[in-house]
This record gives sequence, structure tokens and C-alpha cells, in this order.
Amino acid sequence: MITLSKENYEKILEHAEKNLPEEACGLIAGRIDGENKHIEKVYLLTNIDHSNEHFSLDPKEHLAAIKDMRQNGLSPLGNWHSHPESPSRPSDEDKRLAFDSKASYLILSLMDRANPVLNSFHIEGVNATNEGLVIK
Amino acid sequence: MYITVAGNKKEYNDGITVAQLIEQEKVETPQYVTVSLNDEFVENTNFETTALKDGDNVEFLYFMGGGQ
Repeated sequence: MITLSKENYEKILEHAEKNLPEEACGLIAGRIDGENKHIEKVYLLTNIDHSNEHFSLDPKEHLAAIKDMRQNGLSPLGNWHSHPESPSRPSDEDKRLAFDSKASYLILSLMDRANPVLNSFHIEGVNATNEGLVIK
Repeated sequence: MYITVAGNKKEYNDGITVAQLIEQEKVETPQYVTVSLNDEFVENTNFETTALKDGDNVEFLYFMGGGQ
């Protein structure tokens, strides 16, 4: 299970909506408690691809976020990105570029703007498993 | 000499290059890693020729990207 506060969910959603029609992206950090992950901070980064079909994190912002995590005693937990026009599930490209099997990959679908859907996935090779994200 | 890698200060051989550090630190998927040296990014074409100095600060950033 992986948990996310309502407040941090709203931050991700707001950033993703603000960046439409492009994909939005960022990082997540927090703590690991046995089998469970708790997201305590979300980072809103720039998608340097500026595309509605691809994303790459801005390296300078990525570096700043990693330092911030370390200063705040948080563990890097993975990343998040939006799918403006497709469901909340990893695409073939998402799987191909998911190099860290320990990371969580959050995907926010905005294809139904009135009903955004956020899921978290564990990705290992071509296999993606829904981690059971709890927003509370 | 001492270099700080990902926040951890460790001892390394004098003159170690970025490429050698990547190998020594067993960095996964090195072809997709961005390296910062004292907050400046190192071009991957310079990994072999960039020698590190005592007191340097190195971060490895693992590429994160995808698409819908």
C-alpha cells in the first residue's frame, strides 16, 4: 500500500491541470514502513519535453529536489506524471523507461476532466502492478 | 582523497574519473545517468576525461521519463 495526503493529491492535480495540454511530472518522497510507503512531500517539476505525449524531468529541478529530500530526511519514493488524454496505467514507453524497480510510478489520468484518476504502479520490465494508492 | 557522492563522504583513489566512479559505485543503467559535479552537470561525453578532486561533490540523477 502507498498513501498520499489529500493536500498533496490536490497539489499534483492542480499542477497537472495548469500544464494542460502538456503532460506534467514530478517526484515523490517520504518514508518506507515495511511493505508500505507514505508519501510526505510531492515535487512539481518542469516537463522539459513540453509535450502532451512525453515527459522528462528538468535535471536542475531534479537535483534540487534530491537535495531537499536529503535535507528533510525523506527517502525518494519515485515519480508522478499525468496522462492528459489516456487512462491511468503505464504506457509501453512508461514501462520501457521505468529503470528503477524499487520506485513507485504515479499516473494521473485527466482524460475525463471531471473525474481525474490517480494510481500508483510498481513496474518491473513489462509487468506493472497496481500498488493500491490510498488518498486520505 | 575524499569525495561526497549522493551525500555520503567516502575515500577514493586520487585522479579517479567520473566514468571510473560510475563503475566503482555500480551505478545502474549508466547510459541514462546524469552526473552533477559541484552543482554543474557533466556532459556524458566527458565522463572518461573528467578527473575528480578532493572535496568534490557528486550526484547521480537517474533519468525519469515516459509518455502516454
